[in-house]
Amino acid sequence: MRLQKNTLAALCSVLEFAANPGLQLSAAEIAAKYRISPHHLAKVLRSLGRAGLLESVRGVGGGYRFTGNAKRLTLMDVIGLFENISAARRGGRRPARREGAPARPAAAEVEEALAVVLSEIDEIARATFSTITLDTMLKLMARRRR
Amino acid sequence: MISLKKMRVRGVQPGDLAQVIEIDAGITGLRKPEYWGEILGRYGSGRRRQRFFLVAEADRRIEGFAIAEVRDWEYGMPPCGWVFAIGVRPDARLEGVGTRLLEAIGEGFRRLGVTKVRTILARDNHLILSFFRSQGMMAAPFIALEKDLE
Repeated sequence: MRLQKNTLAALCSVLEFAANPGLQLSAAEIAAKYRISPHHLAKVLRSLGRAGLLESVRGVGGGYRFTGNAKRLTLMDVIGLFENISAARRGGRRPARREGAPARPAAAEVEEALAVVLSEIDEIARATFSTITLDTMLKLMARRRR
Repeated sequence: MISLKKMRVRGVQPGDLAQVIEIDAGITGLRKPEYWGEILGRYGSGRRRQRFFLVAEADRRIEGFAIAEVRDWEYGMPPCGWVFAIGVRPDARLEGVGTRLLEAIGEGFRRLGVTKVRTILARDNHLILSFFRSQGMMAAPFIALEKDLE
């Protein structure tokens, strides 16, 4: 699966903030470090601010500060702000065909069965993202650096 | 707040069971004294060295428990350690109790020559899944499957 550009920018940003709790960072600093367009990142940071994960600091040398709890905040909490990884069952049991009703097109049957499989993948993705906190993610990154 | 210095992890004793039942009931909403009596007999007797039933105690209060076992060639896997249950009092969470229990289980596994620890959980059990992930555990190369028998 691939995450959208906005989501990746948001994850890079919150992880940068969570790794430096209390530190005030500007959009320009994060944009330069992760090679994200500053204009694009500004929108993402505003969304994170509206969600209560960051607080903006005004004035000279202003920027943003992390207000979340890295031990509680999960990847899903961030991803969910920017895209929908559906938890709803997209397939499931189809209603029985009434006698005399026209046969359903073959493509619909394939799509319905495929929806059950895709729903399983969505559920696993949600369970994974929902159980990895920012703190766990930072530890994972540190282990991979060694 | 629990003092980690005062906390010790040790093998379960019959007198601990009432507190273990209480902790489990607080987490699951179900009191299962018969089940826990059976688990104590199976994992807490100390007769089999590959079975572990540990408790974390601080100030004579049981703060958490963990149950684990080394199993050989299950599902075709070389011997590995399985953690079957871990529970911590809700008011003692994020204090390192679960971490200490899992470390003690890991030491027990290593003494038996086992270098891999596994567990299996419901996908929606985010609390415990998050805990195991915080300990560095990742998805194993297996998929659990099931079906309804009609």
